[in-house]
Amino acid sequence: MLIARVVGEIIATQKHASHEGRTVLLVQPLNLDGSDRGDAVVALDAVGAGVGDRVLLVTEGFSAMTSVGRPQSPIDMAVIGFIDRVDLAETA
Amino acid sequence: MFLGRVVGCVWATIKNPGLEGHRLLIVEPLTPERKPTGRRIVCADATGAGAGELVYWCRGRESSFPFLPQEVPTDSTIVGIVDSVRVKRAGPC
Amino acid sequence: MILARVVGTVVATRKDPRLEGKKLLILKPVSPEGKDEAGYVIAVDTVSAGYKETVIAVSGSSARMAEGCKDTPVDTAIVGIVDDLRLET
Repeated sequence: MLIARVVGEIIATQKHASHEGRTVLLVQPLNLDGSDRGDAVVALDAVGAGVGDRVLLVTEGFSAMTSVGRPQSPIDMAVIGFIDRVDLAETA
Repeated sequence: MFLGRVVGCVWATIKNPGLEGHRLLIVEPLTPERKPTGRRIVCADATGAGAGELVYWCRGRESSFPFLPQEVPTDSTIVGIVDSVRVKRAGPC
Repeated sequence: MILARVVGTVVATRKDPRLEGKKLLILKPVSPEGKDEAGYVIAVDTVSAGYKETVIAVSGSSARMAEGCKDTPVDTAIVGIVDDLRLET
């Protein structure tokens, strides 16, 4: 799982049926210091996240599919939680 | 999943029988700001996307699920055609 | 499986219900020599690991074979605490 920030939303009419009724989010994975970690990715929303939220991102199929409630679907990333706080023992 | 743009099409006469009848498209992965991120890849298509269209695609074993019960040996598949993208980059927290 | 060091924790109140009660730790991958490697990952702890401890983490679908992770949305789990490690030189 990764820490990420929701940076946008995607509107798509024509998509796989399993994505219907779920928000398609643009999510920027973050490093521990808050900087961008690579490029933004596309993830389905499982918790009601919106632009600006700091969230927990799963990047593995089963976890993503089942948290969105759509097993056996083409979903490889999902937002599954809101991050309240990150505690670091040292600056990593 | 990732954003991308369809930039081409692949024809292959000799291929794994599981790929028979599926369109193979070349996708240029993009950032939300539409900047290419790297290597172009070949994707199966589950949406009917066409050349030039902005799409989002999925990778890994999950990308074969749109074709169930047929088992298609693909590791990346286009699963949505993008109508619009709203990007709002917030400042650091 | 990878070797990693526990460098922090994540607190998330609103999350997938199947993650309730699970401890989320921040891991930094390390080389067998103990040097930090690039990146980080958030993992579910199944062995009560603590700060600065070197652990073994398993990722992908295998993570759900760890204790208490069956059918949960977990993509990385800590499955062991490293006591000692010897390298052939």
